[in-house]
Amino acid sequence: MAHDPHHHGSDHAAHGVGHIVSPKILIATAVALLILTGLTVMSVRIDFSEFDLNELNIFVALGIAVVKASLVCLFFMHLRWDRPFNAFMLVVSLALVGLFISFAMTDSSEYQPEVQKVVTPTIQSELDQLPK
Amino acid sequence: MSTLPAHDSHDAHGHDHDHPWYLAHHWENPKQQFEAGKLGMWLFLATEVLLFGGLFCAYSVWRGNHPELFKYGSQFLETKWGAINTCVLILSSLTMAWGVTCAQKGQRTGLIVCLILTLMGAAGFMVIKYIEYSHKFHEGYFPGLKFYDTPPEHSSYWGTHDAHGSSDGHSLGAGTETSHAVGTAPAVEATHAAAAPTEPVAATAPAADPTMPVVELPQFAQAKIGPAGLSSNAELVEKPFELTERHHAALLPPLKDPNRPLNAHKFFDIYFMMTGLHGIHVLVGMIVITWLLIGAIKGKFSADYFTPVDLGGLYWHIVDLIWIFLFPLFYLI
Repeated sequence: MAHDPHHHGSDHAAHGVGHIVSPKILIATAVALLILTGLTVMSVRIDFSEFDLNELNIFVALGIAVVKASLVCLFFMHLRWDRPFNAFMLVVSLALVGLFISFAMTDSSEYQPEVQKVVTPTIQSELDQLPK
Repeated sequence: MSTLPAHDSHDAHGHDHDHPWYLAHHWENPKQQFEAGKLGMWLFLATEVLLFGGLFCAYSVWRGNHPELFKYGSQFLETKWGAINTCVLILSSLTMAWGVTCAQKGQRTGLIVCLILTLMGAAGFMVIKYIEYSHKFHEGYFPGLKFYDTPPEHSSYWGTHDAHGSSDGHSLGAGTETSHAVGTAPAVEATHAAAAPTEPVAATAPAADPTMPVVELPQFAQAKIGPAGLSSNAELVEKPFELTERHHAALLPPLKDPNRPLNAHKFFDIYFMMTGLHGIHVLVGMIVITWLLIGAIKGKFSADYFTPVDLGGLYWHIVDLIWIFLFPLFYLI
């Protein structure tokens, strides 16, 4: 680690285990995270309806969340200085979750009309049985 | 490696220079041990991502198919508490990361202070979560079909003006209000609603069966604001779900609300499951941090050996990481 070009603080590089992140960087990261939290809260108040983009708010909020998560990973969790393989495992697990979710959503939206075909008459027949 | 066989005996005091006490005998050197430990921790964190991934998948599928439930249910969560908890977790993540830095520099006092602050942040998070949960339970917003049970007597479900509430356990608090609301709806719904004012008990009889809460009359009346297909009347189906009032204080409790969407309880199901699992992780994190704190007080950690602090910190950060996503997904809709 002694050859690491991103060394900060008065660490003892001689020990050679792990990278020491200076409190300055940590505080800057936390301040950025707090500001981004405020931005997230404000972002949902933006009215996208006039652009016919009602669903945009959640994607803006999630986009900010991704930035926040990256900051936590890179600086708090030392991934910026860590062995790349650790980051690789995180990215792979996220990719697998993404794959899982997108297949599940594709599948469920595919058969949703079929579900409603069954659900609608069922509810209608229940409605018909109610006293009039 | 060549020096290791000489240290088979447990008495390594005389050989600290070659073989420090914290180095397990199957590792070549502290760096190798540290890197391997970190690799194992990241592997564990990957499984945590997959664990929560299942719940995020359930969330996505439900929200994708029934966005109206999330728009509706989210109003009952207070953004204020969610935002405060986000800040609390970010600050406790900061103190944890700072603690790791202290440990790496061999600053024992700094490490102890940081761990205590982190523990206080975790406890603060749980206290706020407790306030939120107990408020929800008090109001009767339980996960699952318990959502439709008669709320406790003292709950605000049963307004003082509501005579039905105290006398008839399973009749709906929304009974009379719903019939008014439905009465203003177009003809198809009105025919069913007409029954409600005259025979309220008969009309809501199916609700008395706790296993069949979904066949309550007011819920059928809600079909007009459900997703497409939940009503046979196309005109009503196409009417989008609209929030009438975003302000929390003005909201009626779901069971009293004539505009409650079909299956409103689903939002609270996923809310309690995801925040509950996250809360369990916070509790486990508190145990880990307490253990680290005891070790720090005993002086176990040094600039040479801080692996447990580092790995415990990684766990604490992933708990923060998950909350960063839960906050907008539940509170900011």
